[in-house]
Amino acid sequence: MTVSALIILIYVLVLASYLGFELISKVPPTLHTPLMSGSNAISGITIVGALIACNEMGYTTLSKWLGMFALVLATVNVVGGYAVTDRMLKMFKKK
Amino acid sequence: MSTVIQIAYLVASVLFIIGIKYLGKTKDARRGNILSAVGMLIAIVATMLTIEVVTFLEIFICILIGSVIGLYYATKVPMTKIPEMVALFNGFGGLASFAVGLSDYFLKSSTSLESLDAVNLTSIILSVLIGGVTFTGSMIAYLKLDGKVSGQPITFSGQHLLNLVLLIAFIAASVFVFLDPTNLTLILILVVISLLLGILTVIPIGGADMPVVISLLNSYSGMAACATGFILNNNVLIVAGSLVGASGIILTQIMCKAMNRSLTNVLLGGFGQTVATGGQEGPAVVIKEIGVEETAMLFDSASSVIVVPGYGMAVAQAQHVIRELMEQCEKRNIDFRFAIHPVAGRMPGHMNVLLAEANISYDKLIEMEAINDDFSNTDLVFVVGANDVVNPAARTNPQSPIFGMPILNADKAKTVIVSKRSMGKGYAGIENELFGYPNCLMLFGDAKQTITKVVGEMKEMS
Repeated sequence: MTVSALIILIYVLVLASYLGFELISKVPPTLHTPLMSGSNAISGITIVGALIACNEMGYTTLSKWLGMFALVLATVNVVGGYAVTDRMLKMFKKK
Repeated sequence: MSTVIQIAYLVASVLFIIGIKYLGKTKDARRGNILSAVGMLIAIVATMLTIEVVTFLEIFICILIGSVIGLYYATKVPMTKIPEMVALFNGFGGLASFAVGLSDYFLKSSTSLESLDAVNLTSIILSVLIGGVTFTGSMIAYLKLDGKVSGQPITFSGQHLLNLVLLIAFIAASVFVFLDPTNLTLILILVVISLLLGILTVIPIGGADMPVVISLLNSYSGMAACATGFILNNNVLIVAGSLVGASGIILTQIMCKAMNRSLTNVLLGGFGQTVATGGQEGPAVVIKEIGVEETAMLFDSASSVIVVPGYGMAVAQAQHVIRELMEQCEKRNIDFRFAIHPVAGRMPGHMNVLLAEANISYDKLIEMEAINDDFSNTDLVFVVGANDVVNPAARTNPQSPIFGMPILNADKAKTVIVSKRSMGKGYAGIENELFGYPNCLMLFGDAKQTITKVVGEMKEMS
């Protein structure tokens, strides 16, 4: 990786973290549990990495198997995380 | 092709950000979660475009298996068990990042060594470390929350020294990996150490501190995804990962503040042990009992009521009868609200979800800061399954382990009724001074049964 490519990634990291801090400190305590399970689902973004790892046909089988293993786990994380967050948020009602 | 994918990743990142923004408002929260899910779908579809068609079947099978497990669990899990589920899924996310890191290492070390440059190796090592710690740490947290492992802190002498030695060994092994990137033994050492560190850092932390641990592990799982983003040179992973990382850190800070503990103090663990040994019990607490009928009468004659719910309410599944109690009181024009302590329940905001499930409007649930001054002009406070969060020792007794922790001023109300199974101690294992106060009455028995009876009495009165 070139230095300039790395610097751009670090830019993204710093700005996104700052944005995260700003956005999340405004979430009211009522929503902390759904926030946590929802952000847990977002951390399943590693599914993208898993898909890329699965793509490596015929190089090393070990790396492929690890990719498929990661894909199953990340999918559980993503699908389950979003589904349970939605289930919770559906219940929040104001009368 | 690649431009299309990059744009799709950008759209996905924006959707994650807007999704989290909407999660901050109760009425938009559900839409926010859906937007973020759409972002995830876009990221997945875009990635599929880069993938060779021959692998589609394998990928499809993996996604199918994962979706079935995820959906099954998400629809079946009871709301009391949400903390366990978050811990478990969090662990899966960590393990996935860990596996992606290793997968990339094996691929590059067996094909082109040039691509294993310093940045790449660092990212791989970080993703193995953070992913591994997240995985085993979350599993221990899950087992503790689920009661499969004792919620008590597990400590032994030299524990912190061992962790330090392991960390140094990890760094040393990492340095050697840089010198000899193809050495498999070194990679294996890194794997073992990171998994061990996850276990060792969570076992000394007691049950009452689990909300902090879950928040922190949540943050780690985001950082692990970030590290994976650096391996793959992929922005969407970095954006999503750092949003989650930031979210976890903020929640961790909120939890620590609510317990008046520093993060280091929580992480070093062993909370609650010193209490058991420092057994100078004060004068025996004299308590006054109250029966169901009198409780109903007190509710009937009150003009303002605040309920302080705790995890015990959820265990007794009493939230639905409390809604009936609320309906009875509202029929009598009694002001009826709930006071929610930030660490009530087993994770941040857990109580709100449980009460929402019982169909209680969220504007009845008031945060600690907003309601604490109102206790002194409230007729009746009803404490259900909560203990440490209303213990006045936090204000008055410098000897108490919870001294300095912000609490709900329930003791300031005209009358306090505490619904409790028996005279047991709270999750933190300490005596509650409140029970001996002159304005405090104890309503013993299973919360669901006793409150059902109170509601029955009130129905007869009207």
